[in-house]
Amino acid sequence: MKRREFVGLTGLATGALFLPSIPGLASSPVDPARLLEAVDPAIKKRLADAALNAAKSAGASYADVRIGRYLNQSIFTREKQVQNIASGESYGAGVRVIANGTWGFAATNTVTEAGMAKAAQLAVQIAKANAKVQKDQVKLAPQKGYGEVSWKTPIEKNSFEVPVKEKVDLLLAANAKALDNGASFVNSALFQINEQKYFASTDGSYIDQDIHRIWPTFGVTAIDRASGKFRTREGLSAPMGLGYEYLTPKAADRINGPVGTGLIGYRNSYDMLEDAALAAKQAKEKLTAKSVVPGKYDLVLDPNHLGLTIHESIGHATELDRVLGYEANYAGTSFATLEWKAKNAPYGSKLVNIVADKTQPGSLGAVGYDDEGVKTGQWDIIKEGRLVDYQKTRDQAHIVNQDHSDGCSYSQSWQDVQFQRMANISLLPGKEKLSVDEMISKVDKGIYIAGRGSFSIDQQRYNSQFGGTVFYAIEKGKIAGMLEDVAYQTNTVEFWNSCAAICDQSDYRLFGSFFDGKGQPSQVSAVSHGSSTTRFNGVNVINTARKIG
Amino acid sequence: MAILSQDEAQAILKKVISFSTADECEVTLNGETGGNVRSARNSISTSGAVDNVSLVVESRFGKRSGVATCNEFDDATLRRCVQRAEEIARLAPESPEYMPLLGPQQYSAAPQAFAKSTAGITPDYRAQQVGASMKICDEKKLSSAAFLNDEAGFVAKRNSKGLEAYQQITNLEFSITVRTPDGTGSGYATADYNDSSKFDAAALTRTAADKAAMSRNAKALEPGKYTVILEPAALVANSDASLLQALMGALDARNADEGRSFLSKKGGGNKKGEKLFDERVTIYSDPTMPEVATLTFSGDGRPQKKTTWIEKGVVKNLYTSRFWAQKAGIPDLPRPSGWVMEGGTQSLQDMIKGTAKGILVTRLWYIRPVDPQTLLYTGLTRDGTFYIENGKIKHPVKNFRFNESPIIMLNNLEAIGKPVRVGGNLVPPLKIRDFTFTSLSDAV
Repeated sequence: MKRREFVGLTGLATGALFLPSIPGLASSPVDPARLLEAVDPAIKKRLADAALNAAKSAGASYADVRIGRYLNQSIFTREKQVQNIASGESYGAGVRVIANGTWGFAATNTVTEAGMAKAAQLAVQIAKANAKVQKDQVKLAPQKGYGEVSWKTPIEKNSFEVPVKEKVDLLLAANAKALDNGASFVNSALFQINEQKYFASTDGSYIDQDIHRIWPTFGVTAIDRASGKFRTREGLSAPMGLGYEYLTPKAADRINGPVGTGLIGYRNSYDMLEDAALAAKQAKEKLTAKSVVPGKYDLVLDPNHLGLTIHESIGHATELDRVLGYEANYAGTSFATLEWKAKNAPYGSKLVNIVADKTQPGSLGAVGYDDEGVKTGQWDIIKEGRLVDYQKTRDQAHIVNQDHSDGCSYSQSWQDVQFQRMANISLLPGKEKLSVDEMISKVDKGIYIAGRGSFSIDQQRYNSQFGGTVFYAIEKGKIAGMLEDVAYQTNTVEFWNSCAAICDQSDYRLFGSFFDGKGQPSQVSAVSHGSSTTRFNGVNVINTARKIG
Repeated sequence: MAILSQDEAQAILKKVISFSTADECEVTLNGETGGNVRSARNSISTSGAVDNVSLVVESRFGKRSGVATCNEFDDATLRRCVQRAEEIARLAPESPEYMPLLGPQQYSAAPQAFAKSTAGITPDYRAQQVGASMKICDEKKLSSAAFLNDEAGFVAKRNSKGLEAYQQITNLEFSITVRTPDGTGSGYATADYNDSSKFDAAALTRTAADKAAMSRNAKALEPGKYTVILEPAALVANSDASLLQALMGALDARNADEGRSFLSKKGGGNKKGEKLFDERVTIYSDPTMPEVATLTFSGDGRPQKKTTWIEKGVVKNLYTSRFWAQKAGIPDLPRPSGWVMEGGTQSLQDMIKGTAKGILVTRLWYIRPVDPQTLLYTGLTRDGTFYIENGKIKHPVKNFRFNESPIIMLNNLEAIGKPVRVGGNLVPPLKIRDFTFTSLSDAV
């Protein structure tokens, strides 16, 4: 899987979908009925033991095995028709070992005792080959075995049990809403993931987990044929660690956006039809919106936008593998090195409190145990603007003199090796009562931004540029019409130090990244970022309009 | 069983089709076997091996289609797989964009797409190559992070209309980033091949190490418009978005006709036949070309033939789905899997020599679309950015963020160098005037 294949996926509004398989996941299509057949944990335990015993016999000092059925179903539609329904299943096992102080990994789709033993032996062979050129021995933080335990995403309605027709009807109804409200084109999609994964290790853990995720999304395009201009507006849903209940709108989950925008924020349920209708109107409005005058503005950032900025400038920057140089060849390193942290310089203003949380209900990153058998929890990353901790796996903890992992190990499938991935990283809401309208009323010259747009950040997480889905001018405390061609360029530390106000808990929502890419070969993971609407003062805004031909 | 021979694969596919009761049936086998090694801090961090074969069955009743898969190959499993595809097809909505399956096709041969040397790679070979690379960095007191990935695979297709296809393919990819211990210098090199016998990790490591050493203590230049020399790895990335891939990814006929592409014309229609780039810009695809040999058929069974996409700056062809080709009455061309940009004979060194003032860019990073209307992209320079004065590299410069469109870039062309392979494409280094850098980055 190449990173570029899934990068394009989120750009639904471009219409550039290359089907039929779901890029980013090692899978092939399968029919829906098959997805409901679970594999008996007793069988998985026997298979896992075959791998663990074979690894030990071949000379491994440690081994873990992940037997996984990774299920996905994706439905793609455009306008009045279904483009593709892809139901995928990928079943197999990955065995990871330490032999002669070095990691080795092998995966197989021959999930029999003989197949598992063979994969384990190959993993040991690879570890021993690599050990010949290795200097540092792998050191794992101690981890007690949990015995036979299990964990499930607390869903109300398994989306794989919902008839495909019901899901198709929902997407086509959303498309119809967009078309009725003036869209030239509309693409919509529903992504559903179910990871049925079984982990066992020589520490004595046998962990059976059933993880669910869902993402309904769409892109509306409005075209002015006479001028040749086109504009898009993406849906404002969030991918969630929820079941199909996310698609049954509940009044309590609706949060009104600023007066003058018509925007609605969604918490734990999403009204796709309502958003599609608004999207079409806003896409049309964007065709004639004023082009932004570049300069310094106070930014008021909606949680569905700010989540991506948190993801890029704090989430990735505080991953310990990046800090230490393990991702130097691809995703990059981090400015927030151990030496930088030791200086105790402010990462952000005193209002900025960032927590890592692998347990938050409804979040994409919530699991009971990570992919190396560590029970999950929550911990502080930034406290009152100061960096206090990183995100770690078992083999990294000793480097920062810790005796435990944070439970940040993840693999996208049975056939990829697990490594350190981002936990849910969220900005705590403000402690004082503050609504979005109250926040905007105090801004003299600003821009309100909702939704994700273009995003780019350097390999050490200093310089970033972010666009958005919709932009509104704020003049003298009021929303003053739509803007276009907006992007802001910032330096991470300057940006977070310009954080001037955060709305209270009542505005708090999760943003999600469903296809976050990292590693070589590149793997995707899904992670959420919670926040309330937040104000940043004096941010540099550029105008992105260009003329061609 | 990852790499099946043509006879073995077609025997399975024939049997599967014999189980079909649908109006139409198409079956595909995909297999791959391979391995990888990652290193960081001059030490191996992760490594792995993968071995998998899967079968995809598509069954059709009229305009209804269903798909199922399996990765076990006994008769009972194969029959069940066909039955499931047929059950889904009966329940599926009719597709208004239905196209009948293709009949027999003629495919070109691309013998260089598969190399026995690559298919035979062992864990010891990978460890030796990466070990040699780490040793160089140890000796130079530099820190490296590298990735070596190799795979051998095959695709076999067959359908009830008589289409039959089979091809084997191999690939090896290596990339390395070398950093100085004080964190002020970083250099990069990458290469990919069908045939691993051409691969030399040590040579690539030396290139990256030299760049790392040369890029220490970079000076800041004001952002603005600069003449740049973009190395091939700055134009196309092995595993990320890139400026030239962005352009090639936007040559879709339907998006252009629908009015949502830089190729859409005011008032309707598309810009095929118009000169949109400098006349030295010619880009074509040819899956049989030995240097970049690849699959000679597309996922839906259409032949991948030599096709010119841009000729002397003029857009000559757009790719399309079979449905849109028929509806719009245009040539039925699948999206290419790799391509070639014609170049000149100048080496990178020659291009530097011929530059009075400019910036040499090793690599561009985190490239993302800003405006699809103008194909404007943003991203940053990385791992070796140097100021050129009077034909010589003068000093390293701090990294920049750019906001630029490949359309504007290919109109501001000053010189084209000799193409090299990157990510399965042939790409020349390009010298571009007025490349737009919009801010500085502290990243090294």
